[in-house]
Amino acid sequence: MRKTRAIELGTGLFVLLGFAALFFLVTQITSREFGLGEGGFRLTAMFEQVGGLKPGAPVSMAGVTIGRVEAISYDFNEYRARVVIRVEPKYDRIPDDSDASILTAGLLGGQYLGIGPGASETFFKDGDRIEFTQSAIVLENLISKFLFSKAAEEQPAEEPAKESTP
Amino acid sequence: MVAAMIRELGDSLQEALSAFGRYTLFGARLVAETPRALLRFGLVVEQVHNAGALSLVIIMLSGLFVGMVLGLQGFDLLQRFGSEESLGTAAALGLLKELGPVITALLFAGRAGTALASELGLMRATDQLAAIEMMAVDPVRRVVMPRFLGGVISMPLLAAIFSMIGLFGAQLVGVQLMGVDQGQFWSQMRAAVELNDVMEGVLKSVVFGVACSLVAVYEGYHSLPTAEGVGRATTRTVVISSVSVLLLDYMLTAVML
Repeated sequence: MRKTRAIELGTGLFVLLGFAALFFLVTQITSREFGLGEGGFRLTAMFEQVGGLKPGAPVSMAGVTIGRVEAISYDFNEYRARVVIRVEPKYDRIPDDSDASILTAGLLGGQYLGIGPGASETFFKDGDRIEFTQSAIVLENLISKFLFSKAAEEQPAEEPAKESTP
Repeated sequence: MVAAMIRELGDSLQEALSAFGRYTLFGARLVAETPRALLRFGLVVEQVHNAGALSLVIIMLSGLFVGMVLGLQGFDLLQRFGSEESLGTAAALGLLKELGPVITALLFAGRAGTALASELGLMRATDQLAAIEMMAVDPVRRVVMPRFLGGVISMPLLAAIFSMIGLFGAQLVGVQLMGVDQGQFWSQMRAAVELNDVMEGVLKSVVFGVACSLVAVYEGYHSLPTAEGVGRATTRTVVISSVSVLLLDYMLTAVML
């Protein structure tokens, strides 16, 4: 009898500890955004270039996450990328002339969608489209632009220097 | 001479195939018996105690040290890229997806699998299984099933405990010893680790639990009724479980990645 009790106690303790560990791993280690569920409203935005933006990436206003990117697809009517985002229902006062831009968190971080508030008196509703968008910055384009502008700068700068020497 | 070699090769191939077939049939029988065995829950609880609760100390101790060495190695590696803050992410993903399930399964095969195999083998050698059968009780139902289920239930829980303790070990070394910022350690981990990663580890440990328990009860139940046979069954349990765990691990990773 005493032995059975010890076995039951040990087993109970073990199972409890096991489930506690599982619960800890599921809730404390992950960011568990799955509470978002089906609620909220959808907005679409068209981009020339989405860069490394992925479905599930955060949508943020002033650094506060207000939703998630739901889907990214290519639109053959406009030849641009269509990004569908879902915004949590409590953020229902976003002016409908707000702009969306694809930004990078940190130097090597993942990309997210930033929304800058506009000045309109009316707010976004479900299914609306964000008109003002700014594409992701492609590093190669940035570097080539920088180099071209540098080259353009240097040419006129050298010529007057030559004239002044004699 | 050549003909004899070919014949031998064919024989061993046939033997390997039929061993695989016997395993499958035995496994199918165990699966079919599962609902009925779950009704006699007291027997299963006893085996969860044997396979799980008694393995707890070795699992926790190993988890702590694996986590600590992961903290040390991870820190050294990440420092070279100047991103020590990702240590939490690296440790969590490594533990959850690979080290937790795999090392737990290997330890389980060594600690609980051998105990199961030798226990069943001795029962066979001392005719206890035959005696049970004489009493018109099915030994698979009465003796093998609870042990199998005990192992299957214990493994995911052990793996979860291993990962959790390991994470604290990594935190201990990374944050306390090496000076990674504690907030960075946890917040980077939380941002990067998804529910799918945790589930991948859980799924792996369930599969490993089934594999290790099946191997242990099969080898024990079918061992030769001699001292040598029991010894051989125990050895085979460790070898077959370890190899199949590593093999399954690769296949599961390839499928789920």
